Amino acid sequence: MNLKRFIFNKRSLIYLVVLIFLLIIPFILSPFNLILFESAITFAIVGLGFNLLLRYTGLLSFGHGAYFAAGAYAVAMVGRYVPSIYSIEFLIPIAIIASLVLSAIFGFICVRHTKIFFAILTLALSMLLFALLFKFYSVTGGSDGLYIPTPSIFGVTFKRRPEFLSGPYYYFLLVIFIICYMVMKVIVSSPFGKALQAIRDNETRAELIGIRVKRYRFYAFIISGTFAGIGGSLWTFVNGHVTPDVSHWFFSGEIVYMTLLGGFFIFEGPIIGAFVFTFLKLYAMGFTEYWMGIIGVTLILLVLLLPTGLAGGVVTIFNKLKTRKVLGGT
Amino acid sequence: MEWFIYILNGLYYASTIFLISLGLNIILGVMGILNLAHGSLYAIGAFTAAWLITSLAGWNSPDVLSFIILLGGAILAGFVGLLLERTLISPLYNRALEYQLLITFGALLLFEDLIKIVWGGEAYYASKPFDILGKVDLSGNIYPIYFLLVIVIAIVVKLLTWLFLARTRVGIMLRAMSLDIEMATALGLQINRLRTWAFVLGAALAGLAGALVAPTTPVLLGFGMEPLILAFVVVVIGGLGSLKGAFIGSLIVGEIRSFGIVIFPEIELAILYLIAAIILVIKPEGLFGRIKS
Amino acid sequence: MLTVENLNKSFGNLRAIDGVGFSISENEIVSLIGSNGAGKTTLVNLLSGYIRPDSGKIHFLEEDITSASPYMRIKLGIGRSFQLVQLFEESKVLDNVRTPLFSKNGKIKSLFIPSDKYVDIKKNTLEILKVFNLSHKEDILAKELSEGDKKVLDIAMAYALRTKLLLLDEPTSGVATQDKFKVMDTIVYAIRNEKISALIIEHDMDIVAKYSDRVIVMHEGKIMVEGEPDVVMSHKDVREHILGLSENVTEN
Repeated sequence: MNLKRFIFNKRSLIYLVVLIFLLIIPFILSPFNLILFESAITFAIVGLGFNLLLRYTGLLSFGHGAYFAAGAYAVAMVGRYVPSIYSIEFLIPIAIIASLVLSAIFGFICVRHTKIFFAILTLALSMLLFALLFKFYSVTGGSDGLYIPTPSIFGVTFKRRPEFLSGPYYYFLLVIFIICYMVMKVIVSSPFGKALQAIRDNETRAELIGIRVKRYRFYAFIISGTFAGIGGSLWTFVNGHVTPDVSHWFFSGEIVYMTLLGGFFIFEGPIIGAFVFTFLKLYAMGFTEYWMGIIGVTLILLVLLLPTGLAGGVVTIFNKLKTRKVLGGT
Repeated sequence: MEWFIYILNGLYYASTIFLISLGLNIILGVMGILNLAHGSLYAIGAFTAAWLITSLAGWNSPDVLSFIILLGGAILAGFVGLLLERTLISPLYNRALEYQLLITFGALLLFEDLIKIVWGGEAYYASKPFDILGKVDLSGNIYPIYFLLVIVIAIVVKLLTWLFLARTRVGIMLRAMSLDIEMATALGLQINRLRTWAFVLGAALAGLAGALVAPTTPVLLGFGMEPLILAFVVVVIGGLGSLKGAFIGSLIVGEIRSFGIVIFPEIELAILYLIAAIILVIKPEGLFGRIKS
Repeated sequence: MLTVENLNKSFGNLRAIDGVGFSISENEIVSLIGSNGAGKTTLVNLLSGYIRPDSGKIHFLEEDITSASPYMRIKLGIGRSFQLVQLFEESKVLDNVRTPLFSKNGKIKSLFIPSDKYVDIKKNTLEILKVFNLSHKEDILAKELSEGDKKVLDIAMAYALRTKLLLLDEPTSGVATQDKFKVMDTIVYAIRNEKISALIIEHDMDIVAKYSDRVIVMHEGKIMVEGEPDVVMSHKDVREHILGLSENVTEN
């Protein structure tokens, strides 16, 4: 590729600026905010997966917490029962398999439906997992949840969590995030991604042009759930603890909220949403005991006033400025 | 004859779940909206009833008043439903599903904190109606009469709702709307007013359910969460927007729960979800669901 | 290329299709006319496989397709459009045509290669758009097209699947009167250019007269007359039963 052209391409320039910004984050943020930032990255990965279903396949899942939980509990279980392989390069693949299997089982039931029924079903199934995690406390720790030890990364071990979270894990997370971002970016622009969008727009016609609608929805469901599982497994290391709450539909609702907050019409929207939501929630919690009400009110305002989300809002303002400039020029 | 008691318990559970899921299903069928704040309306009904009963305790009032006052829960929940529909939900009828779901989710979060602000974070104990009625000896088993009363009320409500939908003008119009909204529009029905009707009715039913449960258990924050999920399971088993489905689904859920608690204590909820999932694998649209394209 | 023999279909007591037989040759445009309820749409549904006949045979390119699924028929080369357009409204015009091409070429399962890397398929898509007079509109969303362009795109999508026979159910319904001929010019140009055949249901007699090689007139489930446009139009029964009716329709 022509290097000069690459450098002067506007899009690559934005990517470069963002990348540099992400690289120096650990030197800018306080340890507390860095941990928040890290958990936001894991939610951003979940959001990427979630939006494959919502934006590109037209399916609203209200149970993505279940696949997040599958990834998270896979890590916790290995930590509890097979500590000998408790190292991140094993844990991530195990989490991927766990969430893939769970989303295949649940997906099989859910993809036969669309719209509200799909939403209720995903919700009910995630609550099934919640009930199991909650009640089988001898295995899962019940409502107390399970402790997540600090893992080793490629043989390097860490004595204390802060040491692990302050640098090495951040960059590990960043690499995984960039991979997930690129993979999803390719998926949505691939022929497969186009097939999903065709199904979203017109199921009848998609069937007519030879797309197996349910099967493709199923594939999308699995990919989406697996992304949630990757996010969940990465999140546990930041949080140090996992409880069944991540499989509760409330948590799934937060994933939906994040995505809409950022703006699901835009590929990067859920990522922006993940960051804003993570900080908003934590600061709301620190500010008042009525943080749920605050989240609720912002959600209501968002739906009524800014349905395209923050990213959508920015784009609208940008377009307005552009047209004004053009008008001014003539 | 213990199983007899389990069946009765199952009917009692089914009765409250039925009232909730009936409301949920009316809203779903007529408006096409899944109301995630439905559990909060149930909780509002419960808190109102519990608060009224405990406030009344200091006065020397006739016993029957503590039963009549339970209706306060249904009335307030219906009123809150009216406000909710008019302010937040009505602007969203022509918008995509995710917005409709999220606005009710936002309302749910808001209600949880409003309940905390209005009624405080402490539990309400309002067992007076339960205590007044006492217990009855059913072939050797002592059983609370209040549970039987709730079952009777649920049956009466079911019959009244059926009559309302089958015989009254508004009821017939509501059914027409749930079958074919475009046709209903073409016939010149006042769609917006009917939607408000449906929502208020659904909210009041949820409030009634909460009020009826209030005397049997401490009323706490997060009171509406589990019933809401059970109502979802009923909707899933019975079929989307089907009133018959709500009835049969509630019976199934109530009985499974009652027997599940005895046979599989601890995991009775998981068993319930599993059975729901199996029903769906066999009959994807639910027992009485119409497949909507 | 298409031969229909003694086709019958009843709905309850109504004989919707009553002993219909005809054929369509290669590179031929045949119009199907008749009053409402004459059985035209039923016939197209039988040909595209949405409903099955009670008796009779349908042959396409030497194969018996009487009981083939709609999907099989599409694979064999029978494409259809609907009275109401069926587009991927929220997708770009480009993708509306490109996705069928991916499907046709077995690339639809490709997950890790961006669509734009399939240069040949993109080139092919742009060619099709050019044939259908949709060049320079490839980057706008399908829902933003005019009604006429939507109709054309709908047919372009069916065509993209390497269709040999197009079944068009009222291609100009919903199109503004002044645009009807423009839309038909485009469609017929594409059909002639690609040497395919078409069966068109149409109410507008001016369009029928201008574009068809042959006309089949249906009445009460039977074929009343068939032949060249001017011959058919001057036929006594057609003038009385069909044109009389359709003139009333246009007046309304």
